[in-house]
Amino acid sequence: MEKPVIIGVGMVPVGEHWRVSLRDMAVEALLNAMDDAGIDNVDSLYVGNMASGSFIEQENLGALIADWAGLGNIPAVKVEAACGSGGAAVQEGAKAVMAGLEDVVAVVGVEKMTDAWPSDGTRYLAYAADAEYELFHGASFVALNALIMRLYMKTYGYTEEDLAYFAVNAHANGAKNPYAMFKRPITVDTVLKSPYVADPLKLFDAAPMCDGAAAVIITSKEKAKELGVPKDKMVELAGFWRAIDTINLANREDFLTLKAAKVAAEKAYKMAGVTAKDIDFFEVHDAFTVMAALSLEALGAAERGKGALLAKEGQIAIDGDYPIQTMGGLKSRGHPVGATGVYQTVEAVLQLRGEAPEGIQVPDAEVGLTQNIGGTGSNITVNILRRV
Amino acid sequence: MGRPMQVARHWRHFREKYALIGGKCENGHVFFPKRPVCPVCGSRNVEEYQFSGKGKVISWTIVRNPPSGFEYYKPYPLALVELEEGPVVLAQLTDVDPEEIHEGMEVEMVTRKIREFGEDGIILYAYKFRPPIK
Repeated sequence: MEKPVIIGVGMVPVGEHWRVSLRDMAVEALLNAMDDAGIDNVDSLYVGNMASGSFIEQENLGALIADWAGLGNIPAVKVEAACGSGGAAVQEGAKAVMAGLEDVVAVVGVEKMTDAWPSDGTRYLAYAADAEYELFHGASFVALNALIMRLYMKTYGYTEEDLAYFAVNAHANGAKNPYAMFKRPITVDTVLKSPYVADPLKLFDAAPMCDGAAAVIITSKEKAKELGVPKDKMVELAGFWRAIDTINLANREDFLTLKAAKVAAEKAYKMAGVTAKDIDFFEVHDAFTVMAALSLEALGAAERGKGALLAKEGQIAIDGDYPIQTMGGLKSRGHPVGATGVYQTVEAVLQLRGEAPEGIQVPDAEVGLTQNIGGTGSNITVNILRRV
Repeated sequence: MGRPMQVARHWRHFREKYALIGGKCENGHVFFPKRPVCPVCGSRNVEEYQFSGKGKVISWTIVRNPPSGFEYYKPYPLALVELEEGPVVLAQLTDVDPEEIHEGMEVEMVTRKIREFGEDGIILYAYKFRPPIK
């Protein structure tokens, strides 16, 4: 089956946007992507969003955003897979194009988190866990990841310092990305001296609450040519899949394997005809430092239990063998949950077009992988993008 | 979540949460919570199973920035407890000094208050785990 291509990308800087609403951000990112693609309308819209109903009491985002962007009476829906919503929305758009039902599709990922009181925000994020058996007992999302982090450290003998290198790498790259929320480098000491949110997980092990929106335009190669899109502006969605795992962490057969990522990656690699060795950079879901380590292992970039070593040895830097979080990742660029997967896609496209900001362009990048996690690994999307 | 008119929602779970009642399938697999399909073998022939309530801590954390509704209780310890029958449950630890919590620590289930919903709201109770009373 013919693989779809991304012909336009747009985003707004991630941050605490007190003056801007969800609809403002989404429409701005969407129009930027349409301008980038050189089109003035689309056949349908898919919105990646996790919890607009909770954060801003607004659902029906398909209608809201398509209406405000002036797209007319097109089909438009919200796609929800917790923090993995954005990556999932990209896939739903790609499927529609591949099925031949829709020619040109827009995907917007958006989340407005700072309109909510922080402890309410913490509650809304925990809605991605099992409400009756996790949130009921007072589990925050951070707490669940802290339980995983402690097990990871204990099982393989890692320290809090070993995991801090993921945050340091993310900030080093994010400092060079004008769209990142935290544009400053940090040291291992910064991470270690930050307060515990849920021991052993510290403030700087975690991605921030924030606002953001990113968008991509997806179409077929044939249609792209018809629209006059130059070849060097097309990026192929070469392989993709997603999979679920137990929603309740306690029910997981193996706490230290992101099984859903493994399954999704195997299928995506096969569809793209590549292996982990062929990937020039990985945009993994580092909502928490330990998740970056587990992701590298699940994606085949590191052996089981060795993910954290890649960070410590500097192999995850732009000039390393396995560059990750090239534009700051969730930690430094920011993690507007339902938008994150689309930000990752936009960033991968920029890398593959050779348009990444100075200092964080991966030289001669041909193939990139984005991995977007919903829940504590319960709903994971893997997308592989390739230069046409 | 903050409104008192949620009695039915919590009442549905009283039995399993007060007494740690899970499920057991026809092939002898036990799990918590009870669900319609056995997560091990896929059997749909599942009945209630009463756990002993004995277990050990396999991982734990101290929740310092809780979700709204739990502010009053912070900081509080939360753990993954492996029951002696095999399944793992997530629960708060109680009657324990956070400094004393360690991996492998033996614990037993007790029924405790989880939270309140204001003056005219309901009070939720459920299982927590504590070091066994010798």
